[in-house]
Amino acid sequence: MILRGKAWRFGDHVDTDAIIPARHCNTSDPAILAQHCMEDADPEFVTKVRWGDLIVAGLNFGCGSSREVAPITIRAAGVSAVVAKSFARIFFRNSINIGLPILECPEAVEGIAQGDTVEIDPSQGRIVNLTRGTEFRAAPFPDFLQRIIDRGGLMPYVEEQLATRAKNDSLSGVTHGSG
Amino acid sequence: MGMTLAEKILAAHCGEKEVRPGQFINARVDLVLASELSGVLIVEEFEKLRGAKILDPQKVVFVMDHFTPAKDIQSAEIVKRCREFARKHGILFYDVGRAGIQHILLPEQGLISPGDLIAGADSHTCTYGALGAFGTGVGSTDAVAAMALGELWLRVPESALFLYHGRPPKWVGGKDLILYTIGAIGVEGARYQAMEFRGEALEFLGVPDRFTMANMAIEAGAKTGLFAPDEKAREFVRRAGGRLTEAAHWSSDPDAGYAAVHEYDTSGFEPFIAEPFLPENVRPVSEVAGLEIDQVVIGMCTNGTLEDLRAAAEILRGREIHPRVRAIIIPGSQKVYLDAVREGLIEVFVTAHCAVSTSTCGPCLGGHMGVLAQGERCVSTSNRNFRGRMGHPESEVYLANPYVAAASAVAGSIASPDML
Repeated sequence: MILRGKAWRFGDHVDTDAIIPARHCNTSDPAILAQHCMEDADPEFVTKVRWGDLIVAGLNFGCGSSREVAPITIRAAGVSAVVAKSFARIFFRNSINIGLPILECPEAVEGIAQGDTVEIDPSQGRIVNLTRGTEFRAAPFPDFLQRIIDRGGLMPYVEEQLATRAKNDSLSGVTHGSG
Repeated sequence: MGMTLAEKILAAHCGEKEVRPGQFINARVDLVLASELSGVLIVEEFEKLRGAKILDPQKVVFVMDHFTPAKDIQSAEIVKRCREFARKHGILFYDVGRAGIQHILLPEQGLISPGDLIAGADSHTCTYGALGAFGTGVGSTDAVAAMALGELWLRVPESALFLYHGRPPKWVGGKDLILYTIGAIGVEGARYQAMEFRGEALEFLGVPDRFTMANMAIEAGAKTGLFAPDEKAREFVRRAGGRLTEAAHWSSDPDAGYAAVHEYDTSGFEPFIAEPFLPENVRPVSEVAGLEIDQVVIGMCTNGTLEDLRAAAEILRGREIHPRVRAIIIPGSQKVYLDAVREGLIEVFVTAHCAVSTSTCGPCLGGHMGVLAQGERCVSTSNRNFRGRMGHPESEVYLANPYVAAASAVAGSIASPDML
């Protein structure tokens, strides 16, 4: 899967309240959430962003709340991937879990300006700045995480685990838990 | 090489003799936690999951606290979906009138024990480190996985040791120690790490101060913030009716490895303030004093215990708040509220013209019960001062301890109690 779009630059410590303010979190509807994506960081963002565009940000992207609607909102707004110098840990988990491509690559962030056209191959960690003709490599994910990413997120992984357990249980006659 | 407390707890939850930083493990989870905000996504994800049932409903707890009592129709609807899900699956459920802010409520209900691994779909789940439990914030999908599988994937974090020396002066508490720490290391200073808090300064502080410090570990980017359980912690758990196992006596090995060791002398501390728009923008209160304010919020998961309310009442007793200021005081749970009524604290607050609310996270995240207008400034005992956190993107939140918040309400501007 190759992703291509325009880069939207943000600074360090973009928090989850900037990505999707809590005042809009009284719904889980991605379409409604998407209307408020990055609202407190750039109120015009949702009118400017085009399907497939990328967010390119500094350190500690997604710090703050555990709200999974943060990566959900970004994806629903049409953003295809986030490249950052680093990610806050819960945002990192949530993105992997829901299948939003994220790449940690400080050099790429330094080498991409607002509005540059960027092409990304998340499976290879390859980031190409088509505007400037430069190429970067994000650090690869550990194998454990790559397996979750390859399945498209955590839910398919959980279903697989449940199926394996059900199969083993039917072979051994064991049941799990009380519920 | 020995193990840190964080490593010991994680090793015990994946059936290993030892684990090392960087290692990926599947860890058995003792408790899964959610509010209505994360809960509604859990409900949706869980219902989509083929062949899923909740492995142990008694290890799943939903606390309705963020936008409750329901602030609008949409909030009422998501709470309703959580309520129906809880009834259907028989999980633990705390609704309005029985609830509290989850991180105050769960320890008080005896649901947190030293050595536990708690996966909470709320970033401040790290609060439980105050009792020596490995609490960590996760998303809704992680919570669903833990509910269905009973376990969660984790990368064993490096530990960072924070040593607090000296005797903290008057008006200085856990809030000031953790604000100072975040100011010193920055909001990503402990990213992916387990913070471990130690040192003789902590002997002068109580268990509620530990809750405040562990609560804000996430504001330094940490996975959890731990205190090795001592007799004070065990007594807290005993009184709450929680379990005490051998893990209630665990601490880091003397030869455990730390990614960093930070040492601070607290004897010269004064109360600290975190200025907008990051918790790392920390300055002594004396440098910020005099800045006019519009609102004060006292409570929240950071400072919503009975001891925090006592601190506020100590300042507000016999005084009235400044006529320009609204002060909103929110006990952390029904129990805290009742205890505060019995001790006469609520009378102190009402007489001082503070508004006292039932437990809710409301104002902290700009939900309800004290949302700020454009240009307004608030001193809050909460944990986040991001842009727009408490309302309008051009409003401001200054983080402080309850003494300073109460003194500021009286002064009408940022103030330490000594300045009144």
